[in-house]
Amino acid sequence: MKRFLLSLLVLPSFAFAEDTLNTGDTAWMLVATAFVMLMTPAGLALYYGGLTRSKNVVNTISMSLGAYAVGTLVWVIAGYSIAFGDGDFFGTGKILLSGINADTLSGTIPELLFVAFQGTFAAITVAIASGSMIERVKFSTFMVFAAIWVLVVYAPITHWAWGGGETLNFGEIDFAGGTVVHINAGVAGFVVAMILGRRKDYEKTAMKPFSPILVTLGAMLLWFGWFGFNAGSEVAADGTAASAFLVTNVAASLGVLGWLAVEYLVYKKATLVGAASGAVAGLVAITPASGTAGVGGAIIIGLVGGALGFIGVAKIKKMFKVDDSLDAFWVHGLVGIWGSIATAIFIADYAMPENYNLGSQLVSQIEAVLLTVVYSGIMTAVVYFIASAITGGGRVDEETETIGLDEVTHGEKAINL
Amino acid sequence: MKKVEAIIKPFKLEDVKDALTEIGVTGMTVSEVKGYGRQKGHSELYRGAEYVVDFLPKIKMEMIVNADIVDQVVETVVEAARTGKIGDGKIFVSDIEKVVRIRTGEEDNEAI
Repeated sequence: MKRFLLSLLVLPSFAFAEDTLNTGDTAWMLVATAFVMLMTPAGLALYYGGLTRSKNVVNTISMSLGAYAVGTLVWVIAGYSIAFGDGDFFGTGKILLSGINADTLSGTIPELLFVAFQGTFAAITVAIASGSMIERVKFSTFMVFAAIWVLVVYAPITHWAWGGGETLNFGEIDFAGGTVVHINAGVAGFVVAMILGRRKDYEKTAMKPFSPILVTLGAMLLWFGWFGFNAGSEVAADGTAASAFLVTNVAASLGVLGWLAVEYLVYKKATLVGAASGAVAGLVAITPASGTAGVGGAIIIGLVGGALGFIGVAKIKKMFKVDDSLDAFWVHGLVGIWGSIATAIFIADYAMPENYNLGSQLVSQIEAVLLTVVYSGIMTAVVYFIASAITGGGRVDEETETIGLDEVTHGEKAINL
Repeated sequence: MKKVEAIIKPFKLEDVKDALTEIGVTGMTVSEVKGYGRQKGHSELYRGAEYVVDFLPKIKMEMIVNADIVDQVVETVVEAARTGKIGDGKIFVSDIEKVVRIRTGEEDNEAI
């Protein structure tokens, strides 16, 4: 985040920058926040909805929309306070946004806007994790899970990376959420998928995606929203934001090419679902590096991200027994780890800190990744068991799983012909 | 009277129908069906998971014709439906005992 760069580069102007509202920055952040909002209930919803089977499309989309709604609620109640309040391990003092009014500033923008912007990040993170659980988790369990998870897992990890937590901040570079959002969500999804167990049809019958067209439309909405996600994480309308915008676009494109190239080599087919997934993988990979990488770095980060996403989903996944339904861990977690490490390696000249030490920065990146994996892994399991206990068991019965959650849980069908 | 059942590729339906109309076949019944023969189905690939699709969409045409033109009908279908590639389909010919036109009560050859 900007905080990191500021503390490294422009200490003298820091106090001044905190004081005055900048209308350009504020205008851009209002728009960027709306961009990121679109990513969850439209982008991710259609991307995941297209990937799931036709009997569970309504349920899958409901989980993205539900995650956004409940995530927004708990964020303004307590999530923001834990993430961005004062304190070392956990923030405090801003419950129900106490002490924040329309004149309060966060850097050069109103703090209320910062609350809204960061809230969209909290919501999308738990929505990404839903991809590992779909087709068998109960909707009620997921809604309770999402509420608690944002407070107990997302907010503390955000506090350590961006919110002023000192002891557990290892000096990693995570500009827009490589560890905070993607590795965190991927690990959380994987853990819940492991506890839930596999879907009964997994690796037994063909489980074909509902619609490659919706997968692609959703992925492209994610790509669009990602400009707000990455360029908005500068929290200013300046050159770094412009650079983040460009490298985001480049890495996403290279993610498409990377995925397609490896897929074609292995299966002699270039699939649309693969191309759309490659775009998401490229975007995930560039996220932590988007404030520091140049175009050259973005090309490599995106290309490897796309290729690695395919290898993870098509090859490495098969070595594990875990039914990660829509591959949240492989596309967000595994590729996110690559992005976090690559962030230390590919730094553009303009962003290169003085006396930069690649070795120690790599150690910082890996420490932050490990902290996220361990904390998210353990606490997600705890949160899941609580949510499961509150809702009387976290998995639907076998009959519901066979008929489909759309009909049984929601009383709707994705398409009425 | 003979029944000719032809399983053909869906995109060949129009060609076959036109060719049959030309030689005087006056009616037919068509259904969309699924099936496979010696060549089996094809495979689909989603995110590295390969699914074999056994049943392929086909068109089944059924027509009842006069016994003296049945060879010509079969020949016409073969000519019009053939692409030379696997999956062109098959034709089955069988005897028909009786035909009745519901509106008039006419029977057999007059009812075809």
